[in-house]
Amino acid sequence: MEASKVIHAIYTDDDILMSAVKKVKAERHHIEEIYTPFPVHGLDKAMGLAPTRIAITSFMYGLVGLTVAIVMMNYIMIDDWPQNIGGKPSFSYLENMPAFVPIMFELTVFFAAHLMVITFYLRSKMWPFKKAENPDPRTTDDHFLMEVAVHGNEKDLTDLLKKTGAVEINLIDKAH
Amino acid sequence: MYTFSNKLKTFSIILMVLGLLGVGYGFMTSHKSFEEVEHLLATEEAHHGGGHAEEAAHSESSKDAHAAQDDHGQEIHAEGNAHQEHVEHVQHQIANRPWAAIYVAAFFFMMIALGVLAFYAIQIASQAGWSPVLFRVMEAITAYLLPGALIVVIIAVASGTIGHYNLFIWMDPDVVAHDKLIQGKAGWLNLTGFVIRALIFIGGWSFYRYISRKYSIAQDTAEDNSNFKKAFRWSAGFLVFFIYTESMMSWDWIMSVDPHWFSTLFGWYVFASMFVSGITVIALMSIYLKSRGYLEFVNENHLHDVAKFMFAMSIFWTYLWFSQFMLIWYSNIPEEVTYFVSRFNDYKLPFLGMVVLNFVFPILMLMNADYKRIPWFVVLTGLVILLGHYIDIFNMIMPATVGDRWFIGIPEISSILLFAGLFIFVVFTALTKAPLLVKRYPFKKESEEFHY
Repeated sequence: MEASKVIHAIYTDDDILMSAVKKVKAERHHIEEIYTPFPVHGLDKAMGLAPTRIAITSFMYGLVGLTVAIVMMNYIMIDDWPQNIGGKPSFSYLENMPAFVPIMFELTVFFAAHLMVITFYLRSKMWPFKKAENPDPRTTDDHFLMEVAVHGNEKDLTDLLKKTGAVEINLIDKAH
Repeated sequence: MYTFSNKLKTFSIILMVLGLLGVGYGFMTSHKSFEEVEHLLATEEAHHGGGHAEEAAHSESSKDAHAAQDDHGQEIHAEGNAHQEHVEHVQHQIANRPWAAIYVAAFFFMMIALGVLAFYAIQIASQAGWSPVLFRVMEAITAYLLPGALIVVIIAVASGTIGHYNLFIWMDPDVVAHDKLIQGKAGWLNLTGFVIRALIFIGGWSFYRYISRKYSIAQDTAEDNSNFKKAFRWSAGFLVFFIYTESMMSWDWIMSVDPHWFSTLFGWYVFASMFVSGITVIALMSIYLKSRGYLEFVNENHLHDVAKFMFAMSIFWTYLWFSQFMLIWYSNIPEEVTYFVSRFNDYKLPFLGMVVLNFVFPILMLMNADYKRIPWFVVLTGLVILLGHYIDIFNMIMPATVGDRWFIGIPEISSILLFAGLFIFVVFTALTKAPLLVKRYPFKKESEEFHY
């Protein structure tokens, strides 16, 4: 169950944030989420997030793109309307194959890249006209926000976060 | 400091001795008499179904010629000549085989050293922070460049002087006299120019190797970074010199075995092959040294980056291989396309097989980030890549020299053993000459703490 009370600790530097994350984790507090203005290298590992599987989806999208290219070129250039281009045999897929390789390559890359980005957006629950979940607009500028769950240990947690270099600490009641 | 273990030294010497014996055997058995070759061709034809029909057609046409005596007297003579020419051609190809075999292996190991030298210069010129822990390994590998490149040139020149023009037909004045195209290129393709250019290439490369090594060792005990700065300038300059001379070297030492044929991206293509082979050898050697308890400062993060280069350069090689092939295939100009026709007719397995070894295999094996960090995985892929690029060089040299008389047998394997032995001997001897870590290199600490 999600904690009804959380603390928002705000930092102004990514290095301080990183060391704060490590300290908070060491004290066995649960970090719900971190909002940063830019990707912080190594933050996922420090938070203990599971490794991303987006590369696997990208590989599969690439295979889909390759297949689409092969089938599409076979339909366009061999089955539907064989065209004589530069005297190349137009009735055999295999003998024409070198001409199709650039298309196979391009569609593999196109599918892998675009579908991976779209997957990433969906997985991050981002779509057009969505209202921002971001609790503090300053995290889109130059502040870092760490959201930590509170389970009746508000005082300890506040002290700990202050020690790690947080410039601002707010207790938020999420229950409405 | 590294000590060259006796076991490894003995191993390299055994390789060289075995290789020499096999190479000697290859040369001894490559001189077939006219009758032997004639007999060989007759038995081969008897084995092929298609050969029979052709033979029948032959004898029939000669019967016809006999019937119409005087008129066709000329024709019979011509046909007899054609037969003699064919047998002599095959005889020559058989004699070429040990030359081509030793040349391919010599070039392959030279190109590893040259590729590593370019890689090393790039690391210094780009002030790379991840790689300095591997510098001494690279410097050891490039020690093979001078002897290796000299051997390549000596074999090339010997083939045109003490041999019977076994590699480069443009060295044969008889051929040039009857060949308009080669005559047109004689300003570049002549033995004197070949030797002078080769000496300039080798001199420049060796000079850079000498001076960068000198500064690298001086930097170990220096007070400031002045040696590094000098090495940086020399490296940047060398890279300019290198890409011109490497390209010209590839025309001279490889492309001119087919003196009619030309490809404008050939220099890049050979470069991709040498670069990926060199990087692979850096990876293999680092893993070997680490398994022997050296290079304690090299970890899986460095291996990961080297493996990334292996992966990327394998794709780069394929890109160039395919670009060269597709443009020539598409434009279908007779002078150009014969190159690939002979490869598809007589070299189908090595020519297409190397694409599997050099592209399909590495791309699937090294795509996953985690696999790039596992030593045995990188070793396995690396050995396949090296085999693939040996075959790449094989495909560049063999069709022009031995035609369809190719086989990977005693001459080829012995040549590989010979130069592998020499390579190991030279490289590991050079490795003992300096500490394995660049002590005061400005990016040493960054490299030691490098984290993926």
